Amino acid sequence: MNDNKLSPSTEAFTGLTLDPQEILPSFTQAANWQERYRALMLLGKRLPPLAEALRQESAQVRGCESNAWLYHREIDGRHYYLADSDARIVKGLIALLLTAVQGQDKKTIAALDLHEYFDRLGLSGQLSPSRTNGVLALAEAIKAAAVESSKR
Amino acid sequence: MEFSQLRSQFPALTQSLGDYPLVYLDTAATSQKPQGVIDAMSRYYQADNANVHRAAHQLSARATSQYEAVRDKVKAFINADRREEIIFTHGTTEGINLVALGLASQLKAGDLILLDSAAHHANIVPWQMLAKQTGAEIVPIPLTDEARLDQDAYRQLLARKPSVVALCHVSNVLGTVNPVKEMIAQAKAVGALTLIDGAQAIAHLEVDMQALDCDFYLFSGHKMYGPTGIGILYGRYEALDKLDPLLTGGEMIKQVSFEGTTFNILPNRLEAGTPPIAEVIGLGAAIDFIQSLPREAVRAHEQALLKRLQAKLKQLGGISLYGAHDDNVGAVAFNLSGEHHQDVGILLDQQGIAVRCGHHCAMPLMQTLGLAGCCRASLGVYSTDEDIDRFIQALKSVKELLL
Ligand SMILES: Cc1ncc(COP(=O)(O)O)c(C=O)c1O
Repeated sequence: MNDNKLSPSTEAFTGLTLDPQEILPSFTQAANWQERYRALMLLGKRLPPLAEALRQESAQVRGCESNAWLYHREIDGRHYYLADSDARIVKGLIALLLTAVQGQDKKTIAALDLHEYFDRLGLSGQLSPSRTNGVLALAEAIKAAAVESSKR
Repeated sequence: MEFSQLRSQFPALTQSLGDYPLVYLDTAATSQKPQGVIDAMSRYYQADNANVHRAAHQLSARATSQYEAVRDKVKAFINADRREEIIFTHGTTEGINLVALGLASQLKAGDLILLDSAAHHANIVPWQMLAKQTGAEIVPIPLTDEARLDQDAYRQLLARKPSVVALCHVSNVLGTVNPVKEMIAQAKAVGALTLIDGAQAIAHLEVDMQALDCDFYLFSGHKMYGPTGIGILYGRYEALDKLDPLLTGGEMIKQVSFEGTTFNILPNRLEAGTPPIAEVIGLGAAIDFIQSLPREAVRAHEQALLKRLQAKLKQLGGISLYGAHDDNVGAVAFNLSGEHHQDVGILLDQQGIAVRCGHHCAMPLMQTLGLAGCCRASLGVYSTDEDIDRFIQALKSVKELLL
């Protein structure tokens, strides 16, 4: 996925930190779906928008009704991601995915049960293959990036 | 007629999604099915199941007579001339493919095919395949600023003597109604074959083949309270008889030897393989359902609902409506200004509201409107004022959440 010439800087990758301990309680403790989706959209705002030049086709993840772009880089055995979407809830869902993987090693990422993770956060429906939101495709792309890059 | 009582005939409509009662506003994608349709299909499987036309036994005879009776029912329903003009397909998409590809030997390079700019992909892509095969040229009939087919431009295009004019009766995205009767007459006057995609019209409008006088008309059972997997291709006998069969094998054949094969006569000639028998019977029950309702009252009820839906969306503010006219049928296309249609769809779904959000298999129309996509709320005979009010209330909550 990163064979394209244009790619975000290393600082951009490592600059994105998402602390699960701080982020996840707003989901596990949400009183209703409204709070949960508000938290999702707030979280999405933490992903810096990708510059227009980086919203290129080679970085696009297929299977999304909205547009979504994903970049990955491995630095010292740790995996970093940057992503963006033109839909706010999808962007929030991507940010949640990244919360689980950002800065982790390949083994941790490969072992993640993302369905269980979303269930626990009260968002079970959203990772279903029957949805057109594309989050499953993104989850698979995120895992694949970690697994494949380390093979090289 | 008390329309709210109709709902009890539709078991799927009585459910709740979490804390919210289901508000089904996706009838244009597929309608819900009344108990009568469900029962007719399970009765067939429980009592009569057999292949049609083939065996010498009583079960097959019963299945065949029920199956063929539906052909007569469809013929009467759309006022066709002959029962042989009714071809069972799997749906509108298959039917258009059958016609477009079946015309291959009748078209040649440079022939013109006029298409509806608001068409569903099913009424675009088969023609592109035909154009590729024959060298024919496709020209879309442009839309006016009001998202209606531009009739002046259409007349100018007709001067180029097209071979085929393919239109939709009602747009699946916008709900706009094309003046198909006039457009067909004009097309015939220049010698064009005419095809009308009636997928979104058949449940809502009276459809009369004698009045329309088109060569081909298509619809799907599942959008008219019937099952999936069954559709109708109506063809004027002479036009239908000239189509090359798309699929071969089974009852469509008269005689086969390794030296050569002769085909059966219509309607069998265009119905290869074992047909979807239970679905045909389900379609018959769906027609019974539609005919059990007073046509005029249904039309008035659905128009009142659509008017309410359009008006309440306008009142809500911050909503863009697309091609929303008084004479539309069945559907409203909209966006919440500045918001992605998918976000709106996800948040409506959280509240039990089923609408469709996306490009609606009409990407050229989306491009014309300058949209990545939109939301569509669509209605059926079982829809109620309460559905619309719940939907509007839910959309208010979506607005608040997204602000
Ligand atoms: C206008 C129109 N044409 C064609 C189709 C395709 O129908 P089907 O999927 O039943 O073949 C649809 C349904 O989505 C439609 O709305």
